[in-house]
Amino acid sequence: MLQVENLKMQFGGLLAVDGVAFDVGDKQIVSVIGPNGAGKTTVFNCISGFYAPTGGSIKFQGEPIHGQADYRISRLGMVRTFQHVRLFNSMTVVENLLVAQHRHVNTNFFAGLFKTPDYRRREKEAMERAVYWLKKVNLLEHANREAGNLAYGQQRRLEIARCMVTEPKLLMLDEPAAGLNPKETKELDELILSLKEDYNISVLLIEHDMSLVMGISNSIVVINQGRPLALGTPDEIRNNAAVIKAYLGEA
Amino acid sequence: MSGLPSNAYTPDSKLTSALIASGVTFALAFAIMGMKLQGGLSPTLEAASTQTYVLIFTATALVFLFQMTREKISAFFSFIPWPRLPRYSTAHLSQSKRDQREKVVTLLFVIAALIWPFIVSRGTVDLATLVLIYVMLGLGLNIVVGLAGLLDLGYVAFYAVGAYSYALLNQYFGLSFWVCLPIAGLLAASFGFILGFPVLRLRGDYLAIVTLGFGEIIRILLNNWTQLTGGPNGIGGIPKPALFNLEFGRRAKEAGNQPFHEFFGIDYDTGYKVIFLYILAILLVLATLFVIRRLTRMPIGRAWEALREDEIACRSLGLNRTIIKLSAFTLGASFAGFAGAFFSARQGFISPESFSFIESAIILAIVVLGGMGSQLGIILAAVAMTVLPELAREFAEYRMLMFGLMMVLMMIWRPQGLLPMKRPQMELENV
Ligand SMILES: Nc1ncnc2c1ncn2[C@@H]1O[C@H](COP(=O)(O)OP(=O)(O)O)[C@@H](O)[C@H]1O
Ligand SMILES: [Mg+2]
Repeated sequence: MLQVENLKMQFGGLLAVDGVAFDVGDKQIVSVIGPNGAGKTTVFNCISGFYAPTGGSIKFQGEPIHGQADYRISRLGMVRTFQHVRLFNSMTVVENLLVAQHRHVNTNFFAGLFKTPDYRRREKEAMERAVYWLKKVNLLEHANREAGNLAYGQQRRLEIARCMVTEPKLLMLDEPAAGLNPKETKELDELILSLKEDYNISVLLIEHDMSLVMGISNSIVVINQGRPLALGTPDEIRNNAAVIKAYLGEA
Repeated sequence: MSGLPSNAYTPDSKLTSALIASGVTFALAFAIMGMKLQGGLSPTLEAASTQTYVLIFTATALVFLFQMTREKISAFFSFIPWPRLPRYSTAHLSQSKRDQREKVVTLLFVIAALIWPFIVSRGTVDLATLVLIYVMLGLGLNIVVGLAGLLDLGYVAFYAVGAYSYALLNQYFGLSFWVCLPIAGLLAASFGFILGFPVLRLRGDYLAIVTLGFGEIIRILLNNWTQLTGGPNGIGGIPKPALFNLEFGRRAKEAGNQPFHEFFGIDYDTGYKVIFLYILAILLVLATLFVIRRLTRMPIGRAWEALREDEIACRSLGLNRTIIKLSAFTLGASFAGFAGAFFSARQGFISPESFSFIESAIILAIVVLGGMGSQLGIILAAVAMTVLPELAREFAEYRMLMFGLMMVLMMIWRPQGLLPMKRPQMELENV
């Protein structure tokens, strides 16, 4: 589904990402791990089109997407969350999900002005999809609250729901468990697995919580100071000498 | 991270800023008033009178003193009980209740607005029509500034495009007001689109400067393209709109039309024309209100709000920010076009003078004063901004000064505007 080859991203004199390569197959969960400042978020920014990579290639479903505008990449079916939650804070929870469905609703000016049947139908469908995902992430009772007033864990879940209403093929989560308590982390673990099993999507995950990563990943990419350090299944990574050295050396 | 907290206001930095401020005052005042150019062909610089110099030094000293004692002054002002506006809030009501209330209030307003012109004088109705034009302009600019968050300082350009569309199409092709009204809107919208396309990539202040420039370009173009627009002399004899085939002049100007008073067998009175224009303006404003009301509840309205809140999140969800901003710009411009066509019909005469920067400033002031995004607030602000100058004609010279003072006071007293907007929120029922 997603192929990243020899990805390079240079900021002035700083080579933040240097030669990172990995594949994400259909219905797979791939995790990117590494110490802070390793370049994980930068890899996400390159894939999702926020940065134009300075080298390498990125292919999504066989098509090169490198250098395309961010909103186009998202429309291909790749949506992401952010390390620091980015919700539309003064809009209600349900509105956050409606904005995300902008392309699914009827945006024709006159259709909206006169509420044509097609417009009403699509607005209704969008609302139903929003309700469905609010139930799924357990936020239905908060539907009419302003997103900025939710608790942190709820905001994280809303951000994931907001991605899911766009019906993506690949979901990219940047440290979704950061700041969650153990119970919430476990729920997140189940949610991610269910997204993969029930909705046939692939997940690309950046995460520091090792038990979460080891438990659900099909494969793991380890990045250190921008360079790929190891790539393999959780078991392989756990026993990889270089990884152990880097992590223990750092700790 | 780094950098001093802004409230670290040491005596030392106070002295520096006071010196800088008074220095600037002195330099500007001296350059502008302290020297005079004399003689026509080979001008020479001459010193101004002693009196002027005394004034310049006094002003400089005053600025210095003010800067040194600023904290004490503002502390003193905070003791003054500023008048408080009633905080009318409907936040506790559900959206459907709020909508219902809004409908009732609007209906009452409309009924009052329709009865009122038959009671008051002709001059008052005429002034009210002018107010309504500004209401329309305020509402249109509000789409751009209040809803989409784009600072447009050249809005008057689209107003001019609308006005000249009707005037020119009528002059050269004899098209009637009703044909020209949609054309004027479309033309203004196309200008908005063409300007917006390259410009909307720019951020905040840059956008403001480019739109400001655009406004001036249009005015200068109209002023200098004498063959087409008549230049500074403007265009006169623009006909008033007709009601179907009834005209409001003493005699019908167009073949097949009939004067209004003859048709009804009543005496000729210019009052009918004034009232007709007024009612037409009311209808245009109502249509504008309806469209904007719908817009705030439509996907595009949600997208504007979302884009103001978090542009990066929008992009990550596949929203094309250029198109979304462009739609606000284009729609806003089209309302200025309608208002412009109506304006030239009402005036019967237009010239580039009517479309100078001050008009943009007035319209923007209406939006800011009313409370960005708030419809009722904008109506009130438009009334205030047009009626007050009429009442205080003696102070016409000080208009700009009062303007500035009012803006400063607003920023201190009520920065969110008279009636800050509560955006209609989409709510899920039965939860
Ligand atoms: N826009 C940018 N400009 C300059 N340097 C950047 C930019 N984005 C990231 N970096 C640098 O790239 C490196 C990797 O950052 P990041 O990808 O955020 O790390 P991680 O997500 O793994 O913690 C850091 O040294 C960071 O300072
Ligand atoms: Mg990061």
